[in-house]
Formats: sequence, structure tokens, C-alpha cells
Amino acid sequence: MLNRLTIKQAHEGLKKKEFSSVELTRACLKRIKERNKDINAFISVFEKEALEEANKADEMIKKKKSFDGAQGKQKMLLGIPFCVKDAINTMDRRSTGAAKILDNYIPPFDATVIKKIREQGAVLLGKNNCDAFGHGASNENSMYGPVKNPRDLTKVAGGSSGGTAAAVADDMCVFGIGEDTGGSIRQPASFCGVVGLRPSYGRNSRYGIMPMASSLDTVGPITKTVEDCAIVEEIMAGHDKLDATTVPSQKSVKSLKSIKSLRVGVPREYFYVDGMDGEVKKMIERKIERLKDYKTCPERSRRIEIVGVSLPMTKYAIPVYYIIVPSEDSSNLGRLDGIRYGVRAEAKNLYDVYAKSRAQGFPEEVKRRIMIGTYALSAGYYDAYYRKAQKVRTLIIQDFNKAFENVDVLITPTSPFTAFGIGEKKNDVLAMYLADIFVAPAAVAGLPAISVPAGKTKSGLPVGLQIIGPRLKENLVFHTAKLIENYAR
Amino acid sequence: MKLSVEQIEEIAKLARLELNEKEKKMYAEQLSAVLDYMEMLNEVNTDGVEETCQVTGLEDVVRSDRAEECPSEIEEKIIENFPEKIGNLLKVRAVFSEAE
Repeated sequence: MLNRLTIKQAHEGLKKKEFSSVELTRACLKRIKERNKDINAFISVFEKEALEEANKADEMIKKKKSFDGAQGKQKMLLGIPFCVKDAINTMDRRSTGAAKILDNYIPPFDATVIKKIREQGAVLLGKNNCDAFGHGASNENSMYGPVKNPRDLTKVAGGSSGGTAAAVADDMCVFGIGEDTGGSIRQPASFCGVVGLRPSYGRNSRYGIMPMASSLDTVGPITKTVEDCAIVEEIMAGHDKLDATTVPSQKSVKSLKSIKSLRVGVPREYFYVDGMDGEVKKMIERKIERLKDYKTCPERSRRIEIVGVSLPMTKYAIPVYYIIVPSEDSSNLGRLDGIRYGVRAEAKNLYDVYAKSRAQGFPEEVKRRIMIGTYALSAGYYDAYYRKAQKVRTLIIQDFNKAFENVDVLITPTSPFTAFGIGEKKNDVLAMYLADIFVAPAAVAGLPAISVPAGKTKSGLPVGLQIIGPRLKENLVFHTAKLIENYAR
Repeated sequence: MKLSVEQIEEIAKLARLELNEKEKKMYAEQLSAVLDYMEMLNEVNTDGVEETCQVTGLEDVVRSDRAEECPSEIEEKIIENFPEKIGNLLKVRAVFSEAE
């Protein structure tokens, strides 16, 4: 049962030599073998390579050395098995983005965040299924089949990082790395009952993440506990000369010096929308109630206040998001044309090489987004759609800024409902887009947000609670998340 | 906003995307519905509002304009990914042809 361990527990166990990294890795691989045929959380599993990496990690542990040869403290992730969303490039390990156009693609480089994790000596188990290039909220837009929710195989795992959330929830790994453009880490984390962080835009390098919407894309951890999430985020964060949008000087995500009291805002727009599940609403409200009762909290010297706030621009986040994303998407996906890498279709002339490679290599939703984006950016429509959306985006940011003048963090449900049935929303494009209603606003504003488990409904499906913080204030987000995890049961 | 099949064909051509008849019909309907939904933004008064193009507030992020050497083992991996090649050269269809 080693595969069920958290990072913290696995690290301690490896340090005390209670078990080896090879044993831990084997336990995860065994779980993958038993469960992946039902859940479909992995597109690739690197059994042989993972065991080699684990073996190497065990030697390092034995010699008390890190990979760079230096003596010293054992690195936090040394010997810990993890998995990565397939839309993130991993050196010498197939990375498809869940689209057939990259079915044979072996990246010659690691994404910066993956490089940092692998330099710690973490063991890469495999690559996770996802909505192709991150396009979706149910993981049904993968060309490698849908991911099923480990808590109920008839339900979706959420998306787009559904395979990663499912793998973490089902203990097929110790932790995972996902990508969140408009909710793709938080929403599946919520559906599967695990912790998932979307960092502030600019905290983690996007270099090597298959680009979707460049002004929104972020990469972050999916873990079993809030503590694990902070551990991984701390390692991933930091300036990268290969991503000009990374912020040069960053505070530690664990810094809690400035927190003496905590004012929590509860925005009413996140509790009253069409399609809101009453049971989900009640569960989140109950969590907030428990938080209010800070006498039960061992850190009671820290005062907690709950205040109602209003974010009137919330309902415009989805139309803004679904203009900006396809526009930037359609432009970014121009690079996938079957010319220099990936799968090239048989064709007589150059135009057909492009048009056929893309037709055969992209699933329906990717094509839909390319079409919407190409239209929204085309001459005569740019002002009406893209420019208008970018202006409303400013108003959404101002909305949050105003709220954060009065509160430290915001608490909301991550999703208005629990995991829905496979196929249930597949043919209703707008209903699927609306699944992102509570996760898109923070993304549009570039804010950090985490989803933490808030219990299960009567039918046994996980509910997620979202904490949104001011830009680069991950420390406040993690602090609040820990309170929810520990004391607001 | 109702999009016609002809408009869909034009967009698909711009996007270098081959669509079959069924897809053209489907996307005409779906894009029309999605664009109608987007019209919701017209309710919002954005007079005098600046556009948000980036959220970091970083300015003038520059680097020196200097080519960096690519290590030969990476070069080999890039070449390995070519869909078609002659030796170490990438093979593509003729850029100028009578068909287009």
C-alpha cells in the first residue's frame, strides 16, 4: 500500500530506509496495471525507465548524495514517483497532448517545471490522459478515450487535467503535475476529491507547456494533501529566462509571517446560479460556518472573520474566457501542421499536408476552438470579440481588486455540481463551457486559486471548495486551505 | 449571428483545416450558437476601459539578441522527430506548385 502515501510520508519513509524508491515505484506501477484499464488515466506508462530512475534514487539515498553530486539534506522529491499531464513536454518521453497529431512526438527537452522536479530525483511514472491540448472540462475530448472518475466509473473525471487528478485520487502515483488555463487543475481535482493548485500567472514557468491560451496558461501540482501541494509548488516556482512572463522576485508560498488575522470573503454570485446543486451549496456553506467557529481551531490566536462580498462581473467571465481562449488557441495551434514533428498526412501539395494533417490529428473540440478563434480574430471582427473581451477582462480584474481591499481570500464552490455522467454534456457545447463558471474568473484575472476536498455527497461523489487569493499571495491561499483541511471537518 | 456554410468554409481555409460536409454543417450551427452567447458582453459598458493584454505588470523584458549553440544530442533528437527526411534534411512538399 506504499502507493497511498503522501509526499511527506514517502519522503520520511525513504529517509528512514523503511522502504526503497524501487518498492514505492513498483507499488504505483502495480496499481496502474490493476486500475488503468478501467480509469484510462494514462496515455503512456514508462515502467522500465521509472524503475531505472528509482534505482538511481535509491543509490543517492544510500550515499546521502543529491543528483548534482553534492552532499547534504535529502531532496524532498528524491525517489518519489509522479505523473504528468500529457500536454506538458517531458524529455525522451512521448508527449501527445492527447491528440493524434503528436502521437509519435518525443520531446528533446523537459518543460522547466518538470526539469526542476526531475532534478530533485523524482521518478516519472508516465503521462496522463487529458482533454486534447487542455480543451475541455470533462476529459471526453481526448483522442485516447475518456478518463473515468475513480470514485464512480460512470462519471467523468473532470478536465482538462482529468487523468492526473484521477491518478492521484486512485493512488496510482504520489503526486501529479497538471495545467490550468481556465480551471483544468481545480475542476478535476474537485470532481476526483484531491487538492489542485492553479498558481498566479507568472509564478511558474510555462516553458515547455504545450501552449493553449498564452495569456492564461499556468502549470501546477495535483496532490493528496495541502501540505504536499505547497511542497511541490515551492519547487516549481521561480523566474525562468525561457519564459519572459515569469515574475523575477517571489516570496515563499509558505511564508506566514504577515498573517495575524484572516478575513474571508464569500461572494454571493458563486452560490446562486442556474444549475447549482443544492447539496454542494450546503456543504460549502457548512465548511464556511465551521471556519467561523474559530474556537475549535488550534491556531485560534489568529482571528478569522467571514464577510459577504459581491463580484458582479462574475457572469461575464465565461464569455470573456471563451473568446480569449479560442483566439489565442487558434494562433498557438498554427505550429501543429505536420511539417517538422508529429504525424504528417499523405498529401500531394503543401496546403493539403497542413489541412489533412490537422483534420486527422485534431479532435472535434480542438477544431471547434480553432474555428471560433480564427473567426474572432479575422478582419472586421477583432474589435467586436477579442478587443471587447480584453476590456471586460479589465473589469473582472477590477472587481477582484475591489474585493481584496476588504478581504484576504475568497471562498467559493469549485464547481456548481459534482462529476456528471460520461456523455451527459458531450453534445451540448454551451453546457460544457458553463461547467467552468466558478473556475474561469480567477484564471481570467491571473489569480492563484486552489481546490480542496470538502467532503462527499450522499451519493458518494467528492465536492471541492475553492480558495482564491490576491496575485502572488499563494501563502494566504495555502494557509486558508490548511485550515479547511484540518479544522473545518 | 448566423454563420453560413460558405463562411465556415472560408474560416476553415484560413485555419488550414479540412472539414467534411457534416462537420461544416455542425460547426455552422455550433459557432452561431456560441457567438450568440458571446453577445452577452455587449451588455457591459466598456467606454474608456483599457484592454488587459497581460496580468503580470512586467515591462521591457529583454534578452541579448544572440544565437545560442544547440548541443548535438538535442539536434539529433529534433531530426529524429522529422516526419520525412533525406539524411539530416527535413523533406517537405514543394512550396510553389500548380495545385494552389
